[in-house]
Amino acid sequence: MGGKKTSRKSSGKKQGKTSGSKKSRAGGKKSRKTRRESGLEKHIEKELKRVSEVLPPSLIEELRTKLLEVKDIITKEEASRIIELARLDYLNNLVEPAEPVGTVAAQSMGEPSTQMTLRTFHFAGVRELNVTLGLPRLIEIVDARKTPSTPIMTIYLDEEHRGDREKAKEVARRIELTKVENVTRRHEIELYEDPETGNYIFTVILELDPVMLEDKGVSRDRIIKALSKLKNIEVSEDPENPYRIIASSVARDLTHMQRIKERILGVKLKGIKGIRRVIIQKRGDEFVLMTDGSNLEHVLEVKGIDPTRTRTNNINEIEHVLGIEAARRAIIDEINNVLEDQGLDVDIRHVMLVADAMTRTGEVKQIGRHGVSGEKESILARAAFEMTVRHLFDAAARGETDMLTGVTENVIVGQIIPMGTGVVDLYMSPSKARPPGQGE
Amino acid sequence: MPEKIIKSISFGILSPSEIRKLSRTAIVTAETYDEDGLPIPGGLMDPRLGVIEPGQRCQVCGNTMANCPGHFGHIELARPVIHVGFVKHIHDILRATCRHCGRLLIPQEEIDRYLRLLEKLEKKWPLLALRLIEHVKKKAIKRMECPHCGEKQYKIRLEKPTTFYEERRGGVVRLTPIDVRSRLERIPDSDVRLLGLDPKEARPEWMVLTVLPVPPIQVRPSILLESGIRAEDDLTHKLVDIVRINERLKESIEAGAPQLIVEDLWSLLQYHVTTYIDNEVPGIPPAKHRAGRVLRTLAQRLKGKEGRFRGHLSGKRVDFSARTVISPDPNISINEVGVPLDIAKILTVPLKVSYWNVDEARRYVINGPEKWPGANYIIRPDGRRIDLRFVKDRKALAETITPGFIVERHLIDGDIVLFNRQPSLHRMSIMAHLVKILPGKTFRLNLLVCPPYNADFDGDEMNLHVPQTEEAQAEARELMLVQNQILSPRYGGPIIGGLQDYISGAYLLTSKATFLTKRDVVELLAAGGYEGPLPEPAILSPKKLWTGKQVFSLFLPSDFNYKKKANINVGEMACEDEECFHDSYVVIKKGKLLLGVIDKKSIGAQQPESLIHFIAKEYGYDAIREFFDKAFKIFLRYIEKHGFTMTLSDVEIPVEAEEKIQSILSEAEEKVRELIAQFNQGVLEPIPGRTAEETLELRIMEVLAEARDRAGEIAAEYLDPFNHAFIMARAGARGSPLNLTQMAAVLGQQSVRGERISRGYKDRTLPHFRKGDIGAAARGFVRSSFRRGLTPTEMFLHAAGGREGLVDTAVRTSQSGYMQRRLINALQDIRVEYDRSARLPNGAIVQFTYGEDGVDPMRSIHGKAVDVNRIVERVVGWKR
Repeated sequence: MGGKKTSRKSSGKKQGKTSGSKKSRAGGKKSRKTRRESGLEKHIEKELKRVSEVLPPSLIEELRTKLLEVKDIITKEEASRIIELARLDYLNNLVEPAEPVGTVAAQSMGEPSTQMTLRTFHFAGVRELNVTLGLPRLIEIVDARKTPSTPIMTIYLDEEHRGDREKAKEVARRIELTKVENVTRRHEIELYEDPETGNYIFTVILELDPVMLEDKGVSRDRIIKALSKLKNIEVSEDPENPYRIIASSVARDLTHMQRIKERILGVKLKGIKGIRRVIIQKRGDEFVLMTDGSNLEHVLEVKGIDPTRTRTNNINEIEHVLGIEAARRAIIDEINNVLEDQGLDVDIRHVMLVADAMTRTGEVKQIGRHGVSGEKESILARAAFEMTVRHLFDAAARGETDMLTGVTENVIVGQIIPMGTGVVDLYMSPSKARPPGQGE
Repeated sequence: MPEKIIKSISFGILSPSEIRKLSRTAIVTAETYDEDGLPIPGGLMDPRLGVIEPGQRCQVCGNTMANCPGHFGHIELARPVIHVGFVKHIHDILRATCRHCGRLLIPQEEIDRYLRLLEKLEKKWPLLALRLIEHVKKKAIKRMECPHCGEKQYKIRLEKPTTFYEERRGGVVRLTPIDVRSRLERIPDSDVRLLGLDPKEARPEWMVLTVLPVPPIQVRPSILLESGIRAEDDLTHKLVDIVRINERLKESIEAGAPQLIVEDLWSLLQYHVTTYIDNEVPGIPPAKHRAGRVLRTLAQRLKGKEGRFRGHLSGKRVDFSARTVISPDPNISINEVGVPLDIAKILTVPLKVSYWNVDEARRYVINGPEKWPGANYIIRPDGRRIDLRFVKDRKALAETITPGFIVERHLIDGDIVLFNRQPSLHRMSIMAHLVKILPGKTFRLNLLVCPPYNADFDGDEMNLHVPQTEEAQAEARELMLVQNQILSPRYGGPIIGGLQDYISGAYLLTSKATFLTKRDVVELLAAGGYEGPLPEPAILSPKKLWTGKQVFSLFLPSDFNYKKKANINVGEMACEDEECFHDSYVVIKKGKLLLGVIDKKSIGAQQPESLIHFIAKEYGYDAIREFFDKAFKIFLRYIEKHGFTMTLSDVEIPVEAEEKIQSILSEAEEKVRELIAQFNQGVLEPIPGRTAEETLELRIMEVLAEARDRAGEIAAEYLDPFNHAFIMARAGARGSPLNLTQMAAVLGQQSVRGERISRGYKDRTLPHFRKGDIGAAARGFVRSSFRRGLTPTEMFLHAAGGREGLVDTAVRTSQSGYMQRRLINALQDIRVEYDRSARLPNGAIVQFTYGEDGVDPMRSIHGKAVDVNRIVERVVGWKR
C-alpha cells in the first residue's frame, strides 16, 4: 500500500510541474492577462472597501487573501457574490439582543460534563507525573480552589539553556526543592548524658548519599553551612568518613528530640519551596521542565528560564503574581485543556463567559455559594440556590429589597422573565383593530 | 383585566405592634377543639384564623374556603425570647455597642464620616457597603471603652444556640432576653444604620420576640385520617407547646412562684420558640413527634430540594401535561410527535370562538369529551366553566355558542406542544413538536431527534406540555420547533443527524458498487417522496442502471458544492484529494454527488461542518427538515432492500490468524514474565520519578496494550472488509475497530482505576492463581475474544472492570449535575443587551462585546463567524 501512495503523490507533483510550465509558455499573452487580473483585483478591493465598515478588519484580510488565492478561477460577479455572502453571513451570525447567553454557556459546559470520565489520574504526555483531568479538574477550576490537587508547572528555558540537557539540568537543580532528607542515605540517633552538665546530648548522624549529592549538585560543605545556621544545634564532621555529618543538641524530652530531628532533615539546601520534583522533558528540539508542585512567584525569578512561556496550572498563583487578566486567561486555557483532553467540543465563547463571570469583580470568584452566586443582588435568587434560611434572615435584618430583575426571582413570583422575548413589550390599540367581517 | 406587576419585594422584621395589628385574635389556650369537635375560640384552631370547612364563610373577610387567604393570630409571650435566626446579629450588635448608653463604640466624628460614606456606597456598590459595615463592626467590637459615656465594656460570649453571657470582672453573668432587649432598645437609629440594619424595617430589639405571630390555618392544615381522627400539622403541634408553656409561665409569674421555676419555664419557652422557627439548630435536641419523628418546622419548610423555594417556587407542577413511554416512528416528520388518542382526549387547547370558527367549535362541543376530536369544557363569556361530561344535550348547548366563548377542545393534528426528556441538560431537551394523533399508548418520535434528547427506546419516558395562550404557542412555533434547534449553540454545528442504520444505509446506497434498476430507483424515490423527472441513467446498456449517488443527488439543492473527507478516510483508505481510489473523498458539485460515500462525516449527528450543517446554514431550517424527512427515508428504505444483519461469522477469523494472534499474545506474556524477573532481581531500570513497582506496572501495561493492538491489526487483515460489522465500524454507524478487535481477536487488559486489577484475596485476585502471581492473566489480562468465549476467571475479572464503569457513571451524574446547577445559577442572569455587551440585570458589564466578537455560537460555523473557505467553495466550488 505504502508504495502505491508515494507513487501517486509523486505523479501529483509531476502534474503540478507540467501545469506550471504551461503557464510560463503562455508568457506571450502575459501582459493582457495581468491587465485582466488587475481589473479583478481592483474590483475585489472596491468591493472590500464597500463592506469595510461592516466586517472586522481580520475578516477583510482573510477574504482578500482567499480571493487572491483563487483569482484565476473567479469572475468579478463571483467575487462580488463571495464578499456579499460574507457580509450577510457576518450580520446574520451576530448575537440577538436579549439572548440568554449565560444560561446557554452554563448548559454548554454542563451538558458535556456528564460524558466525562471520572478517572482522576491521566497521563498527560508525561508518564512521570499524574495530572488531574476530567470532571474533577473542571469542578476544581470553577470552584476557584486555592491550590489544585495536582499543581504542575511547565517551565520553558531561555535560549542558553533550552538546547542542552546538561544546561537544562542545571536550571532544574536550581528549582527543585532539595532538603537534607533528600541527600541522606540514612540517619542515626544517639543519646548520651553529658557528664559535666548532666544534660542529655542528642545527636543525629547523617550519612550522605554521594550519588544524590552529585545528582542534586549539592556539596558537603554546603550542607554543613546550612545546618550550622540552625539555632541550638552544633554541627561537626566525622573525621574518618567525609560523608558523615554529626549534628548535636541538648534534648529535653522525646517529642523535643523528634522535632529537632525533623528540623534537621527538613533544612532546605536549594531550590524553591513547593517544587517537589522536576522532570526534564524534550519537546520538539528544546528541553522543558515539568514540575510536581507549583510556585510561580519564585520560579519566575530563577535564572535560565523563559518567563514569557513558563506557566502553572495554579490559577490562584497566577492571579496573585500576574493579575486578574492573566487569571482569566488561565481559567479559559485550563478549562479548554480539560475539555480538549476529553474530546469534547465546546465553543470558546462559553468558556470565556464563565471565566469573565468569575473574574468580573477583579478577583477570582468561585462559581457557587461563596462566590458569584452568593454575591447576587437578589435575595430570592440567593435563597433559592443554597442556604435559604440564612439569606432570608439576613435580608430581614438589613431591610433589603429585592428588585426582581433576575430570572429566578421572576419565576418565583410567577412573572415573565427578563430574557429573550420577555425583554420586549408589545402594545396594541384595540380601537384600531378591525371588527370581524370588516377585514380587507 | 388589568395586569398587575410586582416590582419589588421588601424584607424586614415584624415589630410587636405590627404583629398585634396583623392579628385577629390572641391565642390564650393550648386546647384546640372541644368535646363536640368544634374549634375553641382563643385556641389555635380559632375560626377567625381562616375557614377550613367547605361552604362556610369566613367571619373575618366573608370569603369562602377557596378565596379566604386566612388570618394571623398572635401569642403574647409572658417573657421575651431570643429569635434563633438573629442570634448572630444580636451578638454582633451587643458587642459593638455600649452596655450603658447604647451608642456604637466609635467616636462621633467617625460615625458621621462612616454614615456619609455608607450613604454613597449603598446606592452604587451594595457589596462595598457590606464590607464597610463589616469593617465598622470589627472596629467597634475591638473597643473596650465607650467613647461617648466612658463606660468600660466587657466581653460578651454567646453560648449556642441562644444564651448570652457577659464576662464582668466580678464573674460571668447571664444576660436574660430582657437584658438583651433593653440594651438593644437603647441604640439610636443612626448607629443602627452603621450596624447594617435598617431601623425602619428592623429595629434591633425586634430580634427579641415579645409577641409571636400565629400563622393562619391555611398554612398548617389538619388532615382527616381515614379512621376519622384529626392529625394536626407539625406547626400546630409546636404552637400548642408554645402556648402551653407560655400560659404556665404567665401563671407562675402571677402566682409569684420561685425564681428557679420561672427560669426553668422561661428557658423551656425559649426552646420551643427556637425549634418552632428552626428544628435543626445545632446544640439542642430537635423537637419530636410522639412517634419519634422529627418535626418539620418553619426553616425546614423552606430549605432544600423539596423545600418551598426549590420545590414550589422555582419549580412548579403544571396542568396540561402528559407523560408516557416513547417509541420510534421513522415515518413521521422530525418535528412531529405521535400522541396516543387517549391522551389527546384529555389534553385540551382553549379555542377562542370567533366569527370564523363557530362552526368548528360547535362540532367539537357536539362530539363531547368521549369522541375525538371533541371538547372537554366550555367557558362562557361570563367566566363560568361548563364540564361537558355532565351536559345531557350537547347539541342544544352547541347552538348557544357564540363568539366570545372559549371551547377547550381536544388536541388535534397540527397543534403545537412542548416535548421534553429529563435530565434537561440543555435547551434542546425541550423542543416544540407538531401533534400527530396516532393509535397506541406511547409517544412516537422520529429517530433523528434522539440525539438532542439523548433518548433511546429501552423504556424511556417523556413529557408533553400543551401551551395554552397564543403568545406561548407562537413562541413555541417560531423559536422552539425542532428544526430551529438543529444547530447546537454548544459548538456551532448540527446536533441532529443520522445515526446507526441511517449511516449504514447511506453508506451502502452511495457506495461505488451500488447500481439500481429503474424499479429500485422508483421505489426508493417514492419512499423519499420525490417528485420530478428521473435523471439520465449512469449505465444505458445492456440494462438501464442508476447509481446510488445519482439517487442521493436528487435530494440535494441544485447549486450545492461540497468537499470533505468521509469517515472511512483513514488508514489504508486515506486520500487527500479528489483522486481517490477508495471513494473516501466526498465531492458534490452543483448538487451532484460525484465522488465519495456519504457516511457519518457527512450526515452524522453532532458533526460540525458537514453536509447537513451547510444545508441548514445555507438553505434554511425548513430545507434541512425536508432533507431529513425525505433523503433519510431512502437510506432506511435502501438498507431494508439490501438487508443488513450482523452474524457470528462476521467476527470469525481463520485458524492461521488465530495462531498468529496466540503467538503474539504468548510472546507478550513471556515479555511480562521477563519484566517481572528483572524486577525481582532488582535490575529493572526505573522511569525517573517513579518507583520500581510503578515502573513495572507501566511497562507491563505497555507491553500488553501493544500486543492487543497488534492482534487487532492481524484480525482486521483477515476479516472480510465488506462484512456488515466492518461496514458499520468504518462508516461510523456503530462500533469501533476496538470493538471488532475485542470480538474477533482478544479482549485485552481489564482495568480498575486505570490499573491492572489487583484487589480480591490476599496477594491474589482469585483463588485460582498462586499467591504473589503478578503475571498477565492473574491481573486481569483476558486472552480470549468475545467470539471464543471467556474462561471463568477471565469472565470474573472482566465483570470487575465493567462494574467500575457502572459505578463511575452513577457517581459522575450526581457530581456533574451539581456542577451544572451551580453554573446555571451563577450565570443565568447574564444576557446580551442591544449594544451586544453581556450584562447582568443591574447593568453591570460582564463582557464588553459578547464572546469578544459578538457572534452567536449557534450561528457560527464551528466557532467561526464567517467561514471564508466555505463561502468560496459555495460559490465557485463547482469549478475546482
